Amino acid sequence: MSADPHYTLYHPRWYRRRVSVWWWLKNPSYARFVLRELTSVFVAFFAVVYLWQLHALVQGPEAYGQFLARLRTPLFLAVNTVAFLFVLFHAITWLNLTPKAMVVRLRGKRVPDWAILGANYAAWLVLSVAVAFVLLRR
Amino acid sequence: MPSTVALSVARYRPEKESEPTFQTYEVPYRKDWVVLDALNHVKDTLDGSLSFRWSCRMGVCGSCGMKVNGTPKLTCATFLSDYLPGPIRVEPLDYFPVVRDLVVDITDFVRKLKQVKPWIIRKEEKTTGEGEYLQTPDQLDTYKQFSMCINCMLCYSACPIYGLEPGFIGPAAIALAQRYNMDSRDEGSAERLKLLSEHDGLWQCTFVGECTKVCPKHVDPAGAIQQYKLTAATHWVKSLLLPWGTR
Repeated sequence: MSADPHYTLYHPRWYRRRVSVWWWLKNPSYARFVLRELTSVFVAFFAVVYLWQLHALVQGPEAYGQFLARLRTPLFLAVNTVAFLFVLFHAITWLNLTPKAMVVRLRGKRVPDWAILGANYAAWLVLSVAVAFVLLRR
Repeated sequence: MPSTVALSVARYRPEKESEPTFQTYEVPYRKDWVVLDALNHVKDTLDGSLSFRWSCRMGVCGSCGMKVNGTPKLTCATFLSDYLPGPIRVEPLDYFPVVRDLVVDITDFVRKLKQVKPWIIRKEEKTTGEGEYLQTPDQLDTYKQFSMCINCMLCYSACPIYGLEPGFIGPAAIALAQRYNMDSRDEGSAERLKLLSEHDGLWQCTFVGECTKVCPKHVDPAGAIQQYKLTAATHWVKSLLLPWGTR
């Protein structure tokens, strides 16, 4: 028998390891995952900017001009660039995950992942071009 | 080519120590040896007190799952040659309580597996006289991938959600639930959905995706869970719009 008073022969004494707060740094794909989760903050940021824009629009041309001027300040340009990169990362990783969740069967056979991915990217492109067309039209 | 390779093995002897330590063994290097062969060499010739689980040596039984250099692996399918020059670190699977050395307690997984009712549920069983339940190859194809699971629990060890939320039913159990849901002979999907749409079920999964990466049988538990989420969400919308139609 051992000197350790907690141990009883033939009776298991488990060792349980606590999960470290830094678990997401142990593996690059965990870090990528946490980064992806954090992109939601930037998505929310754009939503707030959009609401702010609507608010300015309702206030009249002067307020809207002020809003646009504020967007052109270096601080806003920098923040928007960072936010845009994060949202882009969010969109790309999101689209890359779609084949896992979307199982489409045609004539009993599963449509391959690349076709699902391709269709999603194509839809993204078409919608982006449509939005750009509406916005840039004079 | 080296003649030996160092194996750094996690030891936990509850009668002696309160937390795991590492012990290094110098084992012969052979091109055709897997980590399990090296562990068996240690047990047979160097140190008979080392404890680990194994059975089939061919990736079927799912007993020899351990962490090799930090990644959950079936040690019977992990070649020493891929880890040269070593040392190779061998540890028990994460998130399960360690009983001794490399042996973990799997009670939690077995209990969860049973909860999802991984068997064919029929509202009314056919009599033997009526014959077997028929299935076409296409119908088999819809769930075959998920049926390859060998319950090795590598996916649990790779899932940080299971580590942080021990109540989470987990990747393999949900993939197996989906395997039976998609089986054309099964009629139990409503029963399973009830359990899996609860707090510790599907929605705990935040799609880290590591379960799929470590799966030695290419089961894709992450895919199974996301597909199940889609089904559950559709079911919920339907029950909202057509409350009389989903009973």
